[in-house]
Amino acid sequence: MSSVPLAEERDQKLPVEFADEKESINITGFWTFLVTDVLIFASLFSTYAVMHKAAALGPTSVQLFKMGPVMLETLLLLTSSFTIGLGVYAMRRGQVRALMLWMVLTMLLGAGFVSSEINDFISFAHIGATWHTSAFLSAFDILVGTHGAHVTFGIFWALTLLFQLKKRGITARTARKVYTFSLYWHFLDIVWIFIFTFVYLNGKIVP
Amino acid sequence: MPAFIVHLIHTLFPKTVLFPDILLIDLGLVVGGIGLFIFMTKTHRWGWLWREWLTTVDHKRIAVLYLIAAIVMLFRGGIDAEMIRAQLALPGTHFMPAIQYDEVFTTHGTIMIFFMGMPFIFALFNAVVPLMIGARDVAFPRINAMSYWLFACGAILFNISFIIGGSPDAGWTAYPPYTGLAFNPGPGENYYFLALIIAGIGTTMTGINFLVTTVRMRAPGMTLMRMPLFIWSAMVTSALVLFAFPPLTVALAMSLFDRLFGSSFFTLGHGGMPMMYVNLFWLFGHPEVYILVIPLFGVFSEVVATFSKKQLFGYPIMVASILAIMFLSYGTWVHHFFTMGAGPGVNVFFGLSTMLIAIPTGVKIFNWIFTMWGGRIQFTVAMLYQLAFIPTFVIGGATGVMLAAVPADYQFHNSYFVIAHFHNVIIGGTLFGLLSGLYYWWPKMFGSKLNEKQGRVAFWLFFIGFWVTFSPQYLLGLKGMTRRLYTYPAGLGWHELNVISTVGALIMGAGFVALVFNIVWTLVYGERDLTGDPWDGRTLEWSLPSPVPEYNFARVPVVHARDAWWDMKQKGQSLAQLSPEDVHDIEMPRNTPVPFLLGVAFFVVGFALTFKWWPIAGIGLAGVFAIIIFSGFDYEDHHHLKAEVVRKTEASLGRLQG
Repeated sequence: MSSVPLAEERDQKLPVEFADEKESINITGFWTFLVTDVLIFASLFSTYAVMHKAAALGPTSVQLFKMGPVMLETLLLLTSSFTIGLGVYAMRRGQVRALMLWMVLTMLLGAGFVSSEINDFISFAHIGATWHTSAFLSAFDILVGTHGAHVTFGIFWALTLLFQLKKRGITARTARKVYTFSLYWHFLDIVWIFIFTFVYLNGKIVP
Repeated sequence: MPAFIVHLIHTLFPKTVLFPDILLIDLGLVVGGIGLFIFMTKTHRWGWLWREWLTTVDHKRIAVLYLIAAIVMLFRGGIDAEMIRAQLALPGTHFMPAIQYDEVFTTHGTIMIFFMGMPFIFALFNAVVPLMIGARDVAFPRINAMSYWLFACGAILFNISFIIGGSPDAGWTAYPPYTGLAFNPGPGENYYFLALIIAGIGTTMTGINFLVTTVRMRAPGMTLMRMPLFIWSAMVTSALVLFAFPPLTVALAMSLFDRLFGSSFFTLGHGGMPMMYVNLFWLFGHPEVYILVIPLFGVFSEVVATFSKKQLFGYPIMVASILAIMFLSYGTWVHHFFTMGAGPGVNVFFGLSTMLIAIPTGVKIFNWIFTMWGGRIQFTVAMLYQLAFIPTFVIGGATGVMLAAVPADYQFHNSYFVIAHFHNVIIGGTLFGLLSGLYYWWPKMFGSKLNEKQGRVAFWLFFIGFWVTFSPQYLLGLKGMTRRLYTYPAGLGWHELNVISTVGALIMGAGFVALVFNIVWTLVYGERDLTGDPWDGRTLEWSLPSPVPEYNFARVPVVHARDAWWDMKQKGQSLAQLSPEDVHDIEMPRNTPVPFLLGVAFFVVGFALTFKWWPIAGIGLAGVFAIIIFSGFDYEDHHHLKAEVVRKTEASLGRLQG
């Protein structure tokens, strides 16, 4: 048995983004990229775990974290994961307008998440809790900041995809691009669940 | 005038005098640069350079680019090594100032590992992997070119530090807190961090590319257990890159942020934890050792089978042991700093895991020997490197096991014993392997064999020079000489051994000269190889003419056995008897300036951040994003090579019937 099936052997009922061999290879490549991104976050999480108690003269996590905005951010991001899922569902049924609408909604929810997060960071800076203050805050800022930067990048990525969809409609190639974007977006959602649990919930309980 | 322009002028024309030798070399570079410019303009080669090389996405050309860079960097790192040996040859020498000595051993290590070893390996991957698996290119040709230009941009950034003055001086590992602003205020370490981050992004993309290529792009019939061992090694190496480089990127970025933006990850105050850097660095650093040697295990497996005229002995065990090494290599990083004091439990765990790696490695050594057993061995240069590798690597491995014994390591730590050990495995494994692969695949890349007689001279100089240089260093280590030592007084009993070691370094230098002579001689006078299969090879790359046409395979081969080409030859088949109707249009990637421009933009970002010229860094970053967005909107990234053109090419090579 060959591990690379010939074109005629392939299942003709594959979803649109997998139907073309070349695009399917691109999706494998994107999964592989996500592996490296998982490891970036793993390194940041482990640094945070080591430095969590190194608050020096600055505030500890119990003193600093406010759960209200964090709950809002969680709600926004989890919902956006649902909307991009609906977008991919629409894409597979060939509904380009619905797909674009769901993507716009996803971007808006993402933008809400990012603005709430920026608001958090500004309020921390106001009480003098910047990453110069302590190793704990450095590790916290770089972990949460890297995630926020990923979400911001994702919003602009989605914007470029909207232009391409507008111009070209749903083709094997645009479908693959939307699908990899959705993988990326779900991945950020999963990372956020870990941030919510191990950074915020845990940090609110354990000083 | 904006502040950064004043800063720019001050950096480019410093008030303090640079080292006179550096000024001399700068002068030489300027004269050489002007000479090259005039030559290129006179012969009208700029267009050719741009069309054929700077914008290429062809894996075979990218291989050549990697190879050129690797050999230039071997020269640079080699000069550093000779300078180190000159400084240490005699007691109480002041061949160069202490600060310059620090810079030289730092750049020696960094360049040899990141800018010589890795690109040389990627040169072999690019040259051979798609041919061996019967593919027309790698999975992502454009990303492949991006990887190269990011690597090149990192390498240039790192080497510019030396031209301007103020190279990094904290060793190739760059441990904090010494790399922090408090102790190291100049731009030197910024060069190090930025160059390695940028080159590291490129390397990570190469890892993704070759993993997907080997997993998804194999010719029909080439199952996992029919892959040549070099492909296994490429696959495993790519997986190692994938898992090793993210922690490095994170550690380097944190150190850089400490320096540029005032964060407190690894500072001494504010609760910073320098040992966290050391952990993250070696979490990358130990798998990196295997990234540097596993590809060469693959090379040796191909070379030994070809030149013993036998199938590789114990193929499944070879695959299993390569996988075992991959998994074990993640569990050994603490053995680089047993003296951290993590406690006996932790140290014993990492000592044992380190010793365990010796088992699969030993299995491989025996399998190579058993492959030779009863074979008809041809002593080509490639095979000579293989034969030299076995004893050298065994001794390097055995001293590695000595270092893994925790109580003994407290004595060996930071001494010349460690230097001797890792040069023993890196030169004996990596460099010998790279040269073996170079001699083996040179005819496939350039269409003529490297001169064997000259190659033998280079081989013996390298082999003898290596042992003369490094066996005294084991003894020096046992006599208490520490690494990164600037100078030492007479009367410690180190004198004679250091002289011998320096003589060895000069012999290795002569070996390098012989190698370059060999290459240049072959390029000028080499005899064209018209068969495409000068070694009577076993794997698919030898079924093609040399050099290989742009599209590699006019018809994708079907694989029925492990050594696919050998199997075809035994059955009297050939890929050379194409009938015209077998040839169809071929979809090929189109050349693009995007990767080159991306490298330029990244270079602007890196250079500007080194000196904290924020506006320029902003412009560079905007350039990076603009190029990525442009690339996303570019749907015209491939073209169709007409069947007629392919037929014509194949006919001119005499491979078409009728």
